[in-house]
Amino acid sequence: MTDMSETKMAPRDQGAPDYKVNLHPVMLKNYGKWDYHERLRPGVLVHVAESGDKIWTIRAGSPRTMSADKVREVCDIADKYCKGFLRFTTRSNVEFLVDNEASIAPLIKEVEEKLKFPVGGTGPSVSNVAHTQGWMHCNLPGSDAAGSVKALLDELIDDFKNERLPNRVHISSSCCQINCSSHADISVIVQHHHPPRINHSNMQICELPKVVAICPVAAIRPAVVNGHDSVEVVKEKCMYCGACHGQCPSMEIRDSETDTLSIWVGGKTSHARTPPTLMKLAVWGLPNNPPRWPEVGQAVRTILDAYRKGGKPYERIGEWIERIGWQRFFEVTGFPFTRYHIEDNSDALLTFNRSAMVRI
Amino acid sequence: MSVKNDARKIELNTPLLDQLETGGWPSFVTDLKAYSKKRPQVGQLLNQLNESYENRWNYWIGTVLNVPGYGGGVIARLSQKADKYPDLAQFHTVRVIEPPGWVYNTKNLRQLADIAEKHGAGIMQLHGMTGDVLLLGFDNDQSMSVAEELMENGWDIGGSGGALRTLQCCVGQARCEMACYDTMKVTKHLTDTFIHYLHRPEFVYKFKFKLSGCPNDCSNAMMRSDMPIIGTWRGEMQINQAKVKEFVKAKGRAYVIDNVLTRCPTKCISLKDDDSIVVEHQDCVRCMHCINVMHKALKVGKDKGVTICIGGKRTLKIGDTIATMIVPFMKLESDEDLGKLTEFVERVWEFWNDNGMDHERVGEFIARVGLATFLDGIGVEPDVRMVNRPRSSPYIKFEELAPARIGGEQNKMPPVWNKEPEGAESVSR
Repeated sequence: MTDMSETKMAPRDQGAPDYKVNLHPVMLKNYGKWDYHERLRPGVLVHVAESGDKIWTIRAGSPRTMSADKVREVCDIADKYCKGFLRFTTRSNVEFLVDNEASIAPLIKEVEEKLKFPVGGTGPSVSNVAHTQGWMHCNLPGSDAAGSVKALLDELIDDFKNERLPNRVHISSSCCQINCSSHADISVIVQHHHPPRINHSNMQICELPKVVAICPVAAIRPAVVNGHDSVEVVKEKCMYCGACHGQCPSMEIRDSETDTLSIWVGGKTSHARTPPTLMKLAVWGLPNNPPRWPEVGQAVRTILDAYRKGGKPYERIGEWIERIGWQRFFEVTGFPFTRYHIEDNSDALLTFNRSAMVRI
Repeated sequence: MSVKNDARKIELNTPLLDQLETGGWPSFVTDLKAYSKKRPQVGQLLNQLNESYENRWNYWIGTVLNVPGYGGGVIARLSQKADKYPDLAQFHTVRVIEPPGWVYNTKNLRQLADIAEKHGAGIMQLHGMTGDVLLLGFDNDQSMSVAEELMENGWDIGGSGGALRTLQCCVGQARCEMACYDTMKVTKHLTDTFIHYLHRPEFVYKFKFKLSGCPNDCSNAMMRSDMPIIGTWRGEMQINQAKVKEFVKAKGRAYVIDNVLTRCPTKCISLKDDDSIVVEHQDCVRCMHCINVMHKALKVGKDKGVTICIGGKRTLKIGDTIATMIVPFMKLESDEDLGKLTEFVERVWEFWNDNGMDHERVGEFIARVGLATFLDGIGVEPDVRMVNRPRSSPYIKFEELAPARIGGEQNKMPPVWNKEPEGAESVSR
């Protein structure tokens, strides 16, 4: 370890915070000794320990991005009702933890009225939308994250507050094709429509070998342009992924005129019933339309309504589609099936219908 | 290092963002607009964001900044509109390692809010997609001072770049009857054991762990982490037949047939005439569905442990990958078990980093060199549970009876069907 004593800063490598001091006493006492749980109403769970102890969880949707003041308001409620203990979920919901049933109603009232956070997101509902940084802080985005998610959840809020779908619906939204928020039952992703525009006079800020190496389809080659070391893109090979843009801002993939959004369905990470599955393309070419992206909201709503109508209990969106077949999925949603829906990646052969089995 | 809070007040001009103040979902715009009265820098951020909305364009440039002694954790951004918004000229995010399971007492969460506000713009994100707490809006000096104060108070900086990334886990045994191992403890163990790799990037590319207490995978591990560690059990699940009968009585036989029996992926559950069930445990693949539906009657088995998969990630660069099952079962309770896991992780890292290409995630590495070669490299025997089916392509590069690779004599290994397995002891034994 380098001696950093000449500076005030020193790497201290402290690691993860102690979780035990952050656990509600009922959770600490019954750690590893839970018996069962029940959903009492949308947004409210009770977990019962082997000892008979109970802890109630009130789940609320948070905007993920919060001012320090908003975080303090969240803490005020946790101090008042939860002995000062709370947690967040993978999808940025906040969970208030109480050990007496009488606190639930007043807590929900304060969460809804003071914080303006909706209570829900449990069981067969739409949970909070996992999202990225977007125009607020990312260096690559073609669209916004927090804003588009806010608009989308305004559209879907009744499905967050109620448990009225066949099973849970995870939604994610990503503002470039790196797709930080990953697969979900419904994923919204930005797409580009042409190869990167290269600013040859500014390529010296980038590590050119890395720019060449990052290309998934080997479309980037070293080239000397106007006497400078730079690169060229083989347009026929380029598939507009924007990986090079992540390596080098002089490879500009984004285009405010032509970037569009696409919606993907059927991603699932849980193993229940069926193994984890990847998302598949449902519809592409939706306009990148701030501040509320209504076309995206409408397309997601279309999928959700069809799923609500046609899905059997416990079927996730991908499982529902596999059962009814993709032909009927496109029929019930009204989305067109196009040449771009056909896989052309390395596993493409495995995705074709290699049989004479068709619905005619 | 001084803390600057003398940002220039600029009139808010956010007609497009204002349209995000209506509707039922909480509005970050309303929150940040109110906050900007106290922190003018946040007003500048909103104005710039509104310009992004207007022009469908982004005004942040990525750059590199590190706290001395650390090789990551500060996501540095420079605004291209610094002439207009001087306090966004340097506007960095600092990643902070979250308490495992994202559990907080308000004292600690308030402390984070205070530190975020004292040194930077006071904007927090709970949480980033890797798991970190994100604190936004620090210039170069503030990034140092905030890191210092965070560490003074026991917090630590998260990962970025070609390093071990911050870990995340589900709530686990702290509040879930289905958790088959102590996700929080193992998350903290791995974080603390490998903290050097988290703070000083020395891998060919990023490496993420996500830990879920059972195959419901609430930490979203399978496609978002290079090594999902999924809780599971060995042997029989626990069945309380009295509660099974109660469930059948309450819901009806048709419900149980339609929603439990026929949903079982291996059809290993049968309903008897007396409303009890029989499970052919040897066929159960631990999908969790029946336990999810009948959670009072059915429970995970008593002999608990983990299944370890390797190689989940998003599209870049070979397309999406779901992690591959590598270790069917291992116990993960004693210090010795944790040591075994640590040693296994080190074997994976060593082989991947010795042989992986720049920017090649471990899942892509496996796709390139082949699973069999990868298993050789990490000293794990092939196991039929690693595949959905054996190969259908007859072109096999046999090592047995092949010409010697570097001159010398013909290979004369015993035939496959009575060959003693070699290589390191399998992790799960």
